[in-house]
Amino acid sequence: MTRENSPGKGEEEMTRPIPWNGSRLLEEVQRCSGTLVSACFQCHKCSSGCPIGPEMDFLPSQIMRLVHLGAESEVLASRSIWLCASCEACTTRCPMAIDIAGVMDALRILAIERRIHLPDARGKQFHRSFLGSVRRHGRVYEMGMMAAYKLRIRDLLSDVDKVPQLLAQGKLSLLPDRSGDIRQVREVFRRSEEEDGKP
Amino acid sequence: MKYAFFPGCSLESTARPFDLSTRAVCRALGISLEDIPEWVCCGSTPAHASSDSLAIALPALNLQKAQAAGLPVMVACASCYARLRTANHRIVGAPEDRLRAERITGRPYDGDIEVRHVLDVLVNELGPDRIRATVRRPLAGLRVACYYGCLLTRPPEIVAFDDPEHPSGMDELMAAAGAETVDWPFKTECCGASLSMTNSEIVCRLTHRILSMARESGADCLAVACPLCQVNLDLRQADAGKAHGPFRPMPVLYVTQLLGLSLGLSPEALGIGALTVSPRTLLAKCGAVAPAGAGGIA
Repeated sequence: MTRENSPGKGEEEMTRPIPWNGSRLLEEVQRCSGTLVSACFQCHKCSSGCPIGPEMDFLPSQIMRLVHLGAESEVLASRSIWLCASCEACTTRCPMAIDIAGVMDALRILAIERRIHLPDARGKQFHRSFLGSVRRHGRVYEMGMMAAYKLRIRDLLSDVDKVPQLLAQGKLSLLPDRSGDIRQVREVFRRSEEEDGKP
Repeated sequence: MKYAFFPGCSLESTARPFDLSTRAVCRALGISLEDIPEWVCCGSTPAHASSDSLAIALPALNLQKAQAAGLPVMVACASCYARLRTANHRIVGAPEDRLRAERITGRPYDGDIEVRHVLDVLVNELGPDRIRATVRRPLAGLRVACYYGCLLTRPPEIVAFDDPEHPSGMDELMAAAGAETVDWPFKTECCGASLSMTNSEIVCRLTHRILSMARESGADCLAVACPLCQVNLDLRQADAGKAHGPFRPMPVLYVTQLLGLSLGLSPEALGIGALTVSPRTLLAKCGAVAPAGAGGIA
């Protein structure tokens, strides 16, 4: 596969053999995602249809290969796993029915669990801010979520120009809208953490 | 026809026009909606990318509330729709997932509450013929590119109401409303979804690509059925033009807004004035709204 704007690094890495290192990454990813990554035969269909391919450091098919090889640090510290938009094109088209988008989720979860130093923490901080808002209000309170996210990534100014317009159109509200079932939501978050912590 | 309606967080904020137009169109077509009482966020991408348990439990909590009402569920947001369907799929398919959802929510749920998207209900339940018979102001001469995005058609074993690569339901609906739909290749391309928050430059690239193709294919506007698609494609046009070369702004409307206009509903009732790229001139040309200066929408 030749591509213009090839990120380079991914393909270069792919040509270098990675010695067997006793990694259990493949096993763990398969358990966490419930999908058989080892069925991948590198047809690259996922990569050719990936809308985010040009920005990725490793294409989806390369991520699959690296998971096979147990290349833990390469996979878990890659930008790709955070750039995946979960559009499900790869999952839909995979001839081996591998849930590739689900593998990306599993890798994001593993990267957080293992406290991997991320090349770009924006994805993680967005998810944290979003879920924090849901835990607090039962629903997303966009103003609060955006403020928390922007503080976390220390970028207060991007997209601020869009706020007055959204306010005028009634698309942002200054106050949160709470679900009446907030105690139950908090309970769901607490128990989910317990379940995720189970071996 | 009666459904328990799951609005979802976006419909209360950035997708307010989708909320208004979905409710107005359903009312006009005799579909009765009852909001799921005390619904909570479905968790969206942040949940499925952070916690497998949360990704099943939050949707399950909402579906249990619908079960209490004894009604099938209708969803407008494509992302909420996919999350609720995914939870059902897993709860039905894997006993361990069902047990986990029940442990977390503290209530039984066997995954049998039907979840439909508003587009699915309009096309497959009501049908284009019945809609055509109700149309009062056909969108004559309006060339629409129907944009389905990702999660209405993918993955097909979970959402399954249209073809994953060549969907046609929205096209049928727009044709019933009197519009001309264009044949174009990017119906199911991704807009970048929540990367809008973290990597807006990617969303700008995708927006530019999708809208340029729609224009090239002869479309006057885009019809969408997902809050995130609408915001990404509408709000980011100026930024996309700056980054990737100028292009003529293209109105991006919810399919329910266009359908509502054809049913003779007022632009105000459909939130037509709350879009970033104003469709006013375009809609006036095909007689769907009053022309500029004649009052009406902003």
